[in-house]
Amino acid sequence: MEICVCVKRVPMVGGAIVVTPDGMDVDVTMSGFTVSPHEECAVEEAVQITERLGGSVAVLTLGPPEAADQVRDMLALGASRGVLLQTDGDEWGPIATAAAIAETVADRQYDLLLFGNESADTGGYQVPVRVAHVLGLPCVTGIKRLEVLGVGEGDDGPARIVAGREYRGTEESFEVLLPAVASVKEGINLPRYPSLPGRLRAKRATIETIEPSPRPESDGLRKIRLRVPESTSTGAQVLGSGAAAVPALVGLLDDLGVLP
Amino acid sequence: MTVLCLIETDAGGGAADASMRALAVARGLATSAGEDLAAAWFGSAEAIDPGGLVAAGVSSGCAIGTAALSGYAPLAWARALAGLATARPDAAGVVSGIVAAATDHGNEVLAHLGAITGLPMAANCVSAARTAPGEVTLVRQRWAGSLLEDAELDAPLALLTVAADAVPADAVMAGSTFAAADSLRVEGYEPELADGDLLVLAAESAERRSGVSLASARVVVGGGRGVGGPEGFAVLEELAGLLGGAVGVSRVVTSEGWRPHRQQVGQTGTKITPELYLACGISGAIQHMAGCQGAKTIVAINTDAGAPIVTKADYAVIGDLHEVIPALIAALRERQG
Repeated sequence: MEICVCVKRVPMVGGAIVVTPDGMDVDVTMSGFTVSPHEECAVEEAVQITERLGGSVAVLTLGPPEAADQVRDMLALGASRGVLLQTDGDEWGPIATAAAIAETVADRQYDLLLFGNESADTGGYQVPVRVAHVLGLPCVTGIKRLEVLGVGEGDDGPARIVAGREYRGTEESFEVLLPAVASVKEGINLPRYPSLPGRLRAKRATIETIEPSPRPESDGLRKIRLRVPESTSTGAQVLGSGAAAVPALVGLLDDLGVLP
Repeated sequence: MTVLCLIETDAGGGAADASMRALAVARGLATSAGEDLAAAWFGSAEAIDPGGLVAAGVSSGCAIGTAALSGYAPLAWARALAGLATARPDAAGVVSGIVAAATDHGNEVLAHLGAITGLPMAANCVSAARTAPGEVTLVRQRWAGSLLEDAELDAPLALLTVAADAVPADAVMAGSTFAAADSLRVEGYEPELADGDLLVLAAESAERRSGVSLASARVVVGGGRGVGGPEGFAVLEELAGLLGGAVGVSRVVTSEGWRPHRQQVGQTGTKITPELYLACGISGAIQHMAGCQGAKTIVAINTDAGAPIVTKADYAVIGDLHEVIPALIAALRERQG
């Protein structure tokens, strides 16, 4: 199995998000960077699959030169090759991002392209689907269970995946022939901590750097400004301390109409 | 001109709550340009209660179905909506926008629609209004709602999904100033599908999890690191049971393996919209608050009066949940007699 996992460098946010004075970006002067938990799980899933069935995992990202750091973080988890589609750091919309990814992977013969279900920052929910359309591949999204069949011994059928996700209190599953595109969600596995040898290998690894075709002027969705939602809360009204607060709490629940 | 809203069905077969909330944003888009609001769903004409749709401002409905379409197939659904947008069988004319709830299905179908048409798709919108033909200004969520983006969408067909947790339940009905239709005119639409549109087709497992679903629970009892370990959740389950609610947890709880991931509330888990969220031993990281900002009232129980959740909650009890929750359970049992 040859698997390519696409990840995105995003700021690590803790207590609050701060917007730059021009309102166009998240202020990252004080923050570290990471990838979405969904994407970390996608890498873990890919590594587990190749550990079982052989093959290798490539990690691809589109972003500024510093995004190589996130590729190395993923190499430390067990991916073997890194690819950086290097940009000048401007935000690429989903249509342009998908075109650049599809252009890069089109002739690389991956069996499976894995993504996180949505990026942590812009949350566009569409790059995997758009990549699949450009490449003419089937696509499943929001996946929390992935099984590879027909690869290696034990199944004579064609190479395929059975992918499941939660839906209305039951599981919805899709059986799709490979090659295919799948986006996964956190919860599909518990990502491992990078091992020391893994980290050393990642540090030394050469990352293939590619200049993608120029980004089109507009994706059709133009950001005007970013803002932190106004908080309606002025701090909690304290009902009391410890068990002594229970009568007040019961009174509140009664007022809210949630008591049976 | 018409704005079309995709209505998904819930486990009981009726219109899903998230879709009804999406209708509120779709209605805002339609009324901003004096357009009609239409609803489309997959299934029979009788599948959706017309009364609820009319009250939400819908003037016409379209039941989409064909023999080949036996279940959920994302590409086929998108193909059908694209066909409907260009060949609407009624006289209302051209469809100017297609709106869906930002559910797994809604986001997936609208992403396919964007790819089929080559048009942009704006996910997790909070509001939208037309400023000119082919132009929509909108507000959408980034960082799962911790940040808002004001944006302009240039497209002959606006494709939007709606962050249901950002639409209050009482915004669903159109209100007395809206001239609602007397009744709902429902027509059928049979899409033309190619074999390739049905390659990804969902099968649903027969097993259904019992209990109240986290996403639609009226009361959610949340537990975080302060619960201390897997065994600590029994009292939270007991309290949730008493209140007819569900248990939700913070990310640390699922990454520690104390509870399954499906109970996670937050950016990478479930977004909840209960009447009451009782957050016990949860510090209130931004990623967690993104999942519970749709709660009408948040009550925090925390030993630390300085925890972020205490500043973000409506009410707080300062104390140890291991003391407060059993006392609350005892008080509720006594009340019930």
